[in-house]
Amino acid sequence: MKVIVPVKRVVDYNVKVRVRADGSGVELTNVKMSMNPFDEIAVEEAVRLKEKGIVSEIVAVSIGVKQAQDVLRTALAMGADRAILVDATSDVNQDIEPLAVAKILARLVEQEQPDLVIAGKQAIDNDLNATGQMLAGLLGWGQATFASEIKIADGSAIVTREVDGGLQTVRVSLPAVITADLRLNEPRYVSLPNIMKAKKKPLEERTVAELDIDTTPRLKVVRTIEPPQRSAGVRVSSVDELIEKLKNEAGVI
Amino acid sequence: MSVLLLAEVNQGRLATDAVAKTLSALSPLGEVHVLVASGDSEAAAQEASRLQGVSRVLMAQDVSLAHGLAEPLAALIVSLAPAYSHIAAPATAFSKNILPRVASLLDVMVLSDVTHVHDAETFDRPVYAGNAIQTVVSADPIKIFTVRTSSFSAVGEGGSAPIERTDAVADPELSFWVEDVSVVSERPDLTSARVVVSGGRGVGSKEKFDMIIDLADRMGAAVGASRAAVDLGYAPNDWQVGQTGKVVAPELYLAVGISGAIQHLAGMKDSKVIVAINKDEDAPVFRVADYALVGDLFSIVPELTKKLEKQFS
Ligand SMILES: Cc1cc2nc3c(=O)[nH]c(=O)nc-3n(C[C@H](O)[C@H](O)[C@H](O)COP(=O)(O)OP(=O)(O)OC[C@H]3O[C@@H](n4cnc5c(N)ncnc54)[C@H](O)[C@@H]3O)c2cc1C
Repeated sequence: MKVIVPVKRVVDYNVKVRVRADGSGVELTNVKMSMNPFDEIAVEEAVRLKEKGIVSEIVAVSIGVKQAQDVLRTALAMGADRAILVDATSDVNQDIEPLAVAKILARLVEQEQPDLVIAGKQAIDNDLNATGQMLAGLLGWGQATFASEIKIADGSAIVTREVDGGLQTVRVSLPAVITADLRLNEPRYVSLPNIMKAKKKPLEERTVAELDIDTTPRLKVVRTIEPPQRSAGVRVSSVDELIEKLKNEAGVI
Repeated sequence: MSVLLLAEVNQGRLATDAVAKTLSALSPLGEVHVLVASGDSEAAAQEASRLQGVSRVLMAQDVSLAHGLAEPLAALIVSLAPAYSHIAAPATAFSKNILPRVASLLDVMVLSDVTHVHDAETFDRPVYAGNAIQTVVSADPIKIFTVRTSSFSAVGEGGSAPIERTDAVADPELSFWVEDVSVVSERPDLTSARVVVSGGRGVGSKEKFDMIIDLADRMGAAVGASRAAVDLGYAPNDWQVGQTGKVVAPELYLAVGISGAIQHLAGMKDSKVIVAINKDEDAPVFRVADYALVGDLFSIVPELTKKLEKQFS
């Protein structure tokens, strides 16, 4: 069975972003970029399914700027078989909206005919948590979001999902879209030999125009500001002092 | 212009606090209709009808709606959508599963975790783990979004909206419920508790995490955890606070043995008062704490529990 894994190039999760003073957005020049951590988990899951003999081919797809090649090479080094880069903008500041991403992915699904799409549950830049669900909607496929465990059996995926009240298990008929949560697995480190091997794996470039998808943004970001900052408070030296302050100063107990 | 609010129902009960907070975000936009759709909706619909600012309750009841599966719920919402200018829900795992699917079926975008409604098309929402706030204008004919409930206060009761039945649409039968594993507890709900006590990796083990639970119980608080504490099995996944867990804003938040990674701060930095207990005086959590207690949690937490006990008795 064939799996598509969409991967996004985002600001590395260790970077504390800086908001530009003029309100135009977040500073992205000279900032470390990496694969979205949830997408890394999605790639890892696909590779594990391949190692178990359930999956035969993994196609990693990234949509955005040309520099997203880097994250595709990482996916290839982790074990994806080939990669597709959809060149959707030349502006690193332009975030392609999940609806447009889902439409592009839906077109690629038509062409590639995978049995499963495993996506990250959320991109840690726009924090939207939408692409997988939108793709499932467009394709008319079933979905299993926020997965912490995936088992494939008899044309279905049995997926345990992290939900607000605990865990929910669903069975979704394939083809389907699954989105990965944090505890699905721990992604492997890519080894140097695998990075070298990945350089020889095929990476195909496509364009939005050729795929014939309208990516006109629906949302306009008119302003980006810093949230109100908290300042550090006081150091207390004992439990007694803490209780006293919480009672008499803060009035919260 | 009317607004459709998708409510969550768990075992026949309305998620009242979340709906009541979402109502205060939506009321300025127009007449609000609450959709109560589950396997057992009667009592929840009654409860919704009593909330202030609800002008109608739409009640759907069907086995296909019993477990919050996205496909039948999205199909139902899409069938109701033409009557609405806005479709919204509290930003929970339940609605984040469903509303993006609805949006794609209607060919519109979705906005998550809205923290402020400026007008019918302008909304604020956090990005980058809350390190930036975007003001976004939507050009879509129907605006679909989830509301970060910790940014709004709950409306009161005293309403008496009419309840109308609406039919479920045919279940697309794409996914099937297998089981729910949830622990029911007497403790306050994490997202609405007045006090939250959270433990992190520093707590050291599942057994020792009982110390955090004892303190929470002493204070009548909800229990939270960092991702590390959940990953290590000290605490269940639904206790995770943060960028990708729950967002809380209680009056008092105690962070114990938690370093204060940006992903954790994203879920608690709007708390009114933050207390941090950590042995590392350089821990980033101290930069957001109102009260910092540097020291070993294994002596501080039991002492705190004991002394609070004394005070309350
Ligand atoms: C995509 C992504 C999403 C994430 N989402 C979340 C999220 O939603 N929520 C979240 O919490 N994290 C999240 N994280 C993880 C986050 O980056 C941190 O790794 C995590 O919050 C660390 O948890 P911690 O503070 O418990 O552990 P650590 O960072 O290891 O900190 C443990 C702390 O305990 C202190 N300590 C140890 N022993 C004692 C003692 N005896 N007494 C007192 N103090 C002691 C130490 O000084 C230290 O500060 C996410 C990460 C990624 C990549």
